[in-house]
Amino acid sequence: MKTNRRHFLKVAGVTALGLAAGAGTAAASYLPHYDHVTPNHDHLVAGRWGMAIDTRKFHSKEDFLPLVQACHKDHNVPTIPGKQEVKWLWTDSFHHSFPTEPNEFLSEDIHHRSFLLMCNHCKNPPCVRVCPTQATYKRADGIVIMDMHRCIGCRFCMAGCPYGSRSFNFQDPRPFIAEQNKEYPTRMKGVVEKCNFCAERLAEGKLPACVEASEGKLIFGDLENPESEIRQALAENYTIRRKPDLGTDPSVFYII
Amino acid sequence: MFDGGKIIAGIIVFVGLMTFPFWYNVGQAAYKTPELQLPPKDVATQCVESAEYMRAEHMQLLNNWRDWVVRDANRVYTSKQNGAHFEMSLQKSCMKCHTSKEQFCDKCHTAAAVAPYCWDCHIAPQEVK
Repeated sequence: MKTNRRHFLKVAGVTALGLAAGAGTAAASYLPHYDHVTPNHDHLVAGRWGMAIDTRKFHSKEDFLPLVQACHKDHNVPTIPGKQEVKWLWTDSFHHSFPTEPNEFLSEDIHHRSFLLMCNHCKNPPCVRVCPTQATYKRADGIVIMDMHRCIGCRFCMAGCPYGSRSFNFQDPRPFIAEQNKEYPTRMKGVVEKCNFCAERLAEGKLPACVEASEGKLIFGDLENPESEIRQALAENYTIRRKPDLGTDPSVFYII
Repeated sequence: MFDGGKIIAGIIVFVGLMTFPFWYNVGQAAYKTPELQLPPKDVATQCVESAEYMRAEHMQLLNNWRDWVVRDANRVYTSKQNGAHFEMSLQKSCMKCHTSKEQFCDKCHTAAAVAPYCWDCHIAPQEVK
């Protein structure tokens, strides 16, 4: 058969149509389908989650205990003594917590005060930048969270975090968990873990465990909403953040 | 043919080694699909998708659930089968009906010699002896 231009163009057109149809369905079957997944009905939403800790209302180590216990029990955080300690929520002194606030002649009260420490869920998180597998990432609502399935235990994030908020599992943590919460996983040997601002509780419409246990001493809310309780608290009180000069822009504020 | 004997002997040894898995298993019982313990009828009669779909695709489904929940914060799954809603959670959904890992998950995984690492972190339900 003699090929002329008209015949060639016809065949080329039909072939292109067929290719487009085939590629379309093939691409559709490979792309993830989001049409049948949704967030929880009553989940809490925010532009940027933040916390304000009213340090004036904590008087002794015992005041922190219920908060730390609530957190660690909820998330199956093991109690390991010594250097292999794993912690999500802990306390320290003023000078250790705020080494860049070198005020001379500090008031006696502040000098003896303890400060509740946790992941600061920075707006500019160094741990996210250094993670080679994107196991640590920042959600749209500002929470810096870990995908434990991806963590390879390289500990770059621990070197990157200026707040010591991250702990490494040097061993299987399960023998060190007194009472397992069956609704939440544990971790395995060789991964890093940290506070997740109770993302799993926010998804169910509940406030973080420490906030619930604090009876009003911690204020949690949306930093981007000027009407929110936390913004009111920040507007009315003098607050400081940990190591602000590093430019990480923490979302945890301390009312002094 | 030069060195014919050596070549033929070599070929016989080679074929014998290559077919070792076949003649080693001759006479042994054929693979049987393990009997799984299904949840009691009063707990659940239907999984999130059809049994055929789950049998073939549960690994892909669980992988997707993981990413959707952890990375996208979408926690509710709508079944393609009947539009029912389920929380995408191994511990809070799957294992609430399939209450025994040993009698359900492990049966096939052991037979197929696969070792998924779910349970390194996720807590399996207490086995009832």
